[in-house]
Amino acid sequence: MSVVTNTTTIGAIEAPSRRNTELALLIFAVAIPVFAYANVGLAMTGKLPSGMLGYGLGLGLMAGVAHLVVRKFARYADPLLLPLATLLNGLGLVLIWRLDQSPRLIQRAKGAWGKFSPDAPHQLLYTAIGVALFIGVLLLLKDHRILQRYTYISMAVALFLLVLPMFFPAVNGAKIWISIPGLGTIQPGEFAKIIIAIFFSGYLMVKRDALALASRRFMGLYLPRGRDLGPILVIWALSILILVFETDLGTSLLFFGLFVVMLYVATERTSWIVFGLVMSAVGAVAVASFEPHVQSRVNAWLDPFACYKTDKTGACQQIGDAIMSFGSGGTLGTGLGQGNSDLIGFAANADFILSTVGEELGLAGMMALLLLYGLIVERGVRTALAARDPFGKLLAIGLSGAFALQVFVVAGGVMGLIPLTGMTMPFVAQGGSSVIANWALIGILIRISDTARRPAPAPAPSSDAEMTQVVRP
Amino acid sequence: MNKPLRRIAIFCGLLVLSLMIRDNWLQYVRADELNAHKYNRRVQIERFAHERGNIITADGQTITGSAESTGTDFKYKRVWKDGAMWSPVTGYASQIFDATQLEKIEDGILSGTDNRLFFDRTLSMFTGEKKQGGNVVTTLNSAAQKAAFEGLGDKKGAVAAINPQTGAILALASTPSYDPSVFAGSSNKDSKAYKTLLDDKNEPMLNRALRQTYPPGSTFKVVTAAAALENGLYSGIDEPTKSPVPYILPDTANQPLNNEGPIPCENATLKVALQYSCNTVFGKISADLGNEKMKTEAEKFGFNKQIFNPVRTDASIYPKDNRPQNAMAGIGQASNRATPLQMAMVASAVANDGKLMKPYMVDQLQAPNVDVLSKTQPEQMSQPLSAANAQKLQKMMEFVVTDGTGKAGQIPGVTVGGKTGTAQHGVNNKDNPYAWFISYAKTDNGSPVAVAVVIEGSDTTRDDIAGGKLAAPIAKNVMKAVLDGKK
Repeated sequence: MSVVTNTTTIGAIEAPSRRNTELALLIFAVAIPVFAYANVGLAMTGKLPSGMLGYGLGLGLMAGVAHLVVRKFARYADPLLLPLATLLNGLGLVLIWRLDQSPRLIQRAKGAWGKFSPDAPHQLLYTAIGVALFIGVLLLLKDHRILQRYTYISMAVALFLLVLPMFFPAVNGAKIWISIPGLGTIQPGEFAKIIIAIFFSGYLMVKRDALALASRRFMGLYLPRGRDLGPILVIWALSILILVFETDLGTSLLFFGLFVVMLYVATERTSWIVFGLVMSAVGAVAVASFEPHVQSRVNAWLDPFACYKTDKTGACQQIGDAIMSFGSGGTLGTGLGQGNSDLIGFAANADFILSTVGEELGLAGMMALLLLYGLIVERGVRTALAARDPFGKLLAIGLSGAFALQVFVVAGGVMGLIPLTGMTMPFVAQGGSSVIANWALIGILIRISDTARRPAPAPAPSSDAEMTQVVRP
Repeated sequence: MNKPLRRIAIFCGLLVLSLMIRDNWLQYVRADELNAHKYNRRVQIERFAHERGNIITADGQTITGSAESTGTDFKYKRVWKDGAMWSPVTGYASQIFDATQLEKIEDGILSGTDNRLFFDRTLSMFTGEKKQGGNVVTTLNSAAQKAAFEGLGDKKGAVAAINPQTGAILALASTPSYDPSVFAGSSNKDSKAYKTLLDDKNEPMLNRALRQTYPPGSTFKVVTAAAALENGLYSGIDEPTKSPVPYILPDTANQPLNNEGPIPCENATLKVALQYSCNTVFGKISADLGNEKMKTEAEKFGFNKQIFNPVRTDASIYPKDNRPQNAMAGIGQASNRATPLQMAMVASAVANDGKLMKPYMVDQLQAPNVDVLSKTQPEQMSQPLSAANAQKLQKMMEFVVTDGTGKAGQIPGVTVGGKTGTAQHGVNNKDNPYAWFISYAKTDNGSPVAVAVVIEGSDTTRDDIAGGKLAAPIAKNVMKAVLDGKK
């Protein structure tokens, strides 16, 4: 496939694979977190941390193996996705390690559970599993179109994953975890996000023409026929209901957005956006008026400092604490390891890890981090544009749209832009499921981009080429 | 399908953009406001992140310090040397209960956040030196303070001493006292200690020298005498006053004002009246002058207004009152109230030839490198009496010590002027009276020290000897401590 016999109009010159670009970027993506690691150690204890070498080697090794696999099995893949994910993951590890060193959090953990166990080693392990899954995706998924075959199985699996946490106790007010003895807790919603995107893509690809064309006009909106829209609407409503029941608002918002975006892309009808906005407004008001958990969060969003007067112990102070954390970071930040973002308490290294970025790396660091996320989304959208098959397009836009929404919902929640809904910042926040699922997501995007950017194969030598002769008179 | 894709791309871009705008809003526009927010614990953490500057006596002794604290995110906590002795001067500075008095007022300097320390902060940022607070150099004399505090011992009371020539406060003691070190930290132990102190019926945290007013009793007769001389009621201190015994209070049917014991008060001269502390004479003077003139004179001495030295001192009260009550106020009873500092000011104005200097207790503010940031200049507050009248009054007060009720205040070889007082207390005088003594010592270069001592709950006699017996020895020791330091 690499040697192109010059018989077609496309691929006359081999598309550059950009693998060396990826390698060069990866070197930066590993070096920056290693320097950050050294920075934390120097700031907090005055000497280079002992685990620095092992950490650097570990991250480098994972990135290297991932790169080699991409070089071999996805030659034409987008060269930015892997380095971006590596850099974010590496920075996340540094931030978690930094919070592990916080005497305040150690003391708090000892007070609450009698012992303190650092999160960074776990996160490193989860990263390794995530990278392994990434490699697995690239090795097993030779062509993303295979996923099309599993449209309805995906649906079943996604619903199963979503229902599962109902049978486990709530943690911090949300039933989004399942605990497996000996392994820890898993947040199935993170995986369901990818799987439901596969289902939507598969279904919409088949039905898109019917949805777009066989519709009736109703009050200025084109409404598709029930038999076309019905099944997907049912699945979607079901998943939202489950999530609302589990009070996992972030994920329900994510699923909603995912659904609207994919429907819009599939049908190319703007009315879906209007429809989606109206429904989300209705849904938000309905949920907010029934669910006390949501009400308290909306109140905390409206006035983050109100609860300092009334409720001295509750988790409602988190938003105010996070905002003050950002404020004290200022333009340049206090420097890694020198802030007080750990004042936020138990969620400092999960939902609120962004406050540490804000406080210790400042506005400059936050802009850089948001740009990194923006770049991942941008590469995802580009992949969708470049993809040649509707399934690939839908899947790529679904995954990158979900990624963008997740970043917005978490970061917006932590910064007080929207009510806090409780999700993890992809790659950066502490949490195994999130890291693993997001590596899988990157793996799928890389696979789609590889297919999209791959030069068209040389036409097979035609068996009747010889037979078609110019008949000379 | 590419058209909607491009729109989605724009939408995602807008999401990221809105996050960026929000972040700029938080971290750039609102940064200062959030950083100084009252709920922001960082403000507290920063405040205790480095060693606090010290409070130092005039003779160079450091009375505070900083200790590393454990088990909290506050790195340092405040400690005091002889905390119980010095707490009326320093106040406290706790990690959880805020701060009071000097520790609070000069907090900017002590914690190093004051703008006057900006240059030092910037410099230490570049040199990498540890950030540190500046020092507060007080006017207090450690020997005098010790004499005052030990003299009070386990009695309930207060001492205030001033340098009459400058207004510099030399001693401020209050008993029972408390050691602010016991609740300087943030542990449960500290909270408990604080609560215990608050609940203590003896009010150890009350600064009696500045924040408690007492009826000044006979010590107020000095003010009444000054008013008599200033208003020309009597031309000299040896001129007999036309005063009967008993003196019937004006506007009353037949309510007599008596003296404590059989003393020669009838038509006594001012000098003799002060020597024996005649209620009849001074009650009549006050009545003859009237409420207006008495009030004016008392206010010249500093009554009826709060004094900031820079610590707030409660206003002493000379009331607007009817005639019989005004007569009683003239001998330091009725609604007449004074702080120990106020009565020290009365003595100091007399000793300083009638000039009352504004009391102050912060001499200098220093940067951590001992550069002087500001120095207090002595300032005249008022002139309650002319120099000539002041000298007459000095003669009277010195006579009290040599031949009157204040013999316990005598110091060999030194001219001492004083006045005793025993203030009635409680309805129908049923509670223990307060024993007072105000005095000054004089050398060839004027007077270096004036003292006021008050002791609550003296359970001995009710006559004027009580002030002489209980309070005068303490005053004497404080004056001696200052005089010894001058040698």
